Amino acid sequence: MTTERVIEAVGVRKNYQGGTDGAGLNGFDLEVTAGTVTGLLGPNGAGKTTAVRILSTLLEMDSGTATIAGYDVRRQGAEVRRRIGLVGQYAAVDELLTGRQNLVMFGRLNHLKNHKSRADELLERFSLTEAANQAVSKYSGGMRRRLDLAASLIVAPRVLFVDEPTTGLDPAGRIEVWSAVRQLVDGGTTVLLTTQYLEEADQLANRISMLKAGKVVAEGTPDELKTQLGSDWLDLVLADPADVPRVVELAGPLADGEIRVEDVRVSVPVKDRTKALVVMANSLHEAKIEPEDITLRRPTLDEVFLHLTGAAA
Amino acid sequence: MTGLGWALADGWTIARRTLTHWRNQPGLVIFTWFFPVLMLLMFGGLLGGAMEFPDGSSYYELLVPGIFALAMLFGLEGTMTAVATDVSKGVTDRFRSLPMSSTAVVLGRCIADMLDSVVTLVVLVATGLALGWRWHEGLPSALAAFGLLLLLRFALLWVGIFIGLTVKNAQSVTMVQVLVWPIGFLSSTFVATSTMPDWLGTIAQWNPLSSTATASRALFGNPDPSATATWIGTHAGLAAVIAPLLLTAVFLPLSAHRFRTLSR
Repeated sequence: MTTERVIEAVGVRKNYQGGTDGAGLNGFDLEVTAGTVTGLLGPNGAGKTTAVRILSTLLEMDSGTATIAGYDVRRQGAEVRRRIGLVGQYAAVDELLTGRQNLVMFGRLNHLKNHKSRADELLERFSLTEAANQAVSKYSGGMRRRLDLAASLIVAPRVLFVDEPTTGLDPAGRIEVWSAVRQLVDGGTTVLLTTQYLEEADQLANRISMLKAGKVVAEGTPDELKTQLGSDWLDLVLADPADVPRVVELAGPLADGEIRVEDVRVSVPVKDRTKALVVMANSLHEAKIEPEDITLRRPTLDEVFLHLTGAAA
Repeated sequence: MTGLGWALADGWTIARRTLTHWRNQPGLVIFTWFFPVLMLLMFGGLLGGAMEFPDGSSYYELLVPGIFALAMLFGLEGTMTAVATDVSKGVTDRFRSLPMSSTAVVLGRCIADMLDSVVTLVVLVATGLALGWRWHEGLPSALAAFGLLLLLRFALLWVGIFIGLTVKNAQSVTMVQVLVWPIGFLSSTFVATSTMPDWLGTIAQWNPLSSTATASRALFGNPDPSATATWIGTHAGLAAVIAPLLLTAVFLPLSAHRFRTLSR
């Protein structure tokens, strides 16, 4: 693997006057090495889509610099566009055309001579051959997103931007799209993926940059970040508010940090997941407290940001 | 290939997209082509009996060229809807992320919509001829009239692109469409403006749609009492050239500006 930087952004700022069109960027920095998948992870309104739109020349920045494969996104837009693929948040394929007609059209617009054979090749690769001659309006969400991916790969791009690929998809569609993105990675494409799901970034990305309020607040491999992420949580929902003090007391020895109480919900940060669950269940049983609900969960994105930045997301 | 060559080739590829839409969904496009025919039959049937002309000619002689002009105005709705839909669905962004000039995107829309208008006119002419409408001044004159009609359509294309890029979603287009109707009716499309109250007639006469309708009636040799009523009526031929050029001069740069500001 080379260490060539194919995406480099320094101090990118974008301010929206109206504020309705999207979230701004506030000194956004990013470095992406060739052949890697970088996940840009952040909650709604953090500026993920804005970052992708600026890097893919669709949106002008107010200040800062950004290059793709060494070309300046502001001054060399045409050169940049020759080297990128873009998969938008909303599948940007023509719904009235068939899957094949879409790919043939985008092939022609990329000035490919063999656009027809290339279309067939991509349909095969993304398991769309059977649906090739159906109008896209009849496709499922997952199929549409796969076609969108195929359309971005007509000419093998240096960098592929994938903006929230699974937003609005059902779990089956999400798995379809994940496997399609994994194939790209195996093919060596550099991918910048935005997502609001920790799990998705964890599944697909080599490196994760966490975005909050238009700025990268943490950056590293998923493993590095996970150790920073904080513990898993054991959530207990009680039937009787009067039991709360007693439960907090019982959970004390298991807690790896501060126990949080919110109404009848007691959240305990724990290290050893299974042991914590078993011990807690036993103590509750012995104390004759019947909880409404008892669950183990990964930290939510909000909690991760809270943990990393010490401020509410 | 040169930059211009590619712009033309890409423009044609994008225009073909619309032609493929027609092939994939023939029902929808056939309906839009026959909608003006419906207007022609409806108004001809409804009002035709009440219209009397001194020389005894049929109402269709006046109405058919009027409906031609009206069909050009209705074409505006198709342009607005197509442009706004592409923006809201992200197709425009996809085009903008490709290594092709933005001229090609607009050129493709332009070719497709002009072809659509030519088909609309052909269907209307066939219906008109079947109803007894004729041109009386020879084919070159008739072709000049069709030229004026398509010139108006070309000007309205830029209005449509501008509005489509401004409202950015197909739902809002419906609201703008409501405004298209009074513009269509407040003209010499259905009746001579000389039959209207003075103030209303004056507004209707200055409607570019009236100039094109009146000028093409003159070129077809069809009667139009509006032609002699006022200054703008007697200069309809000139107005039918200048008004579309003015509209284009205003809305083409505005559309180009809108397209560029999609990136702000």
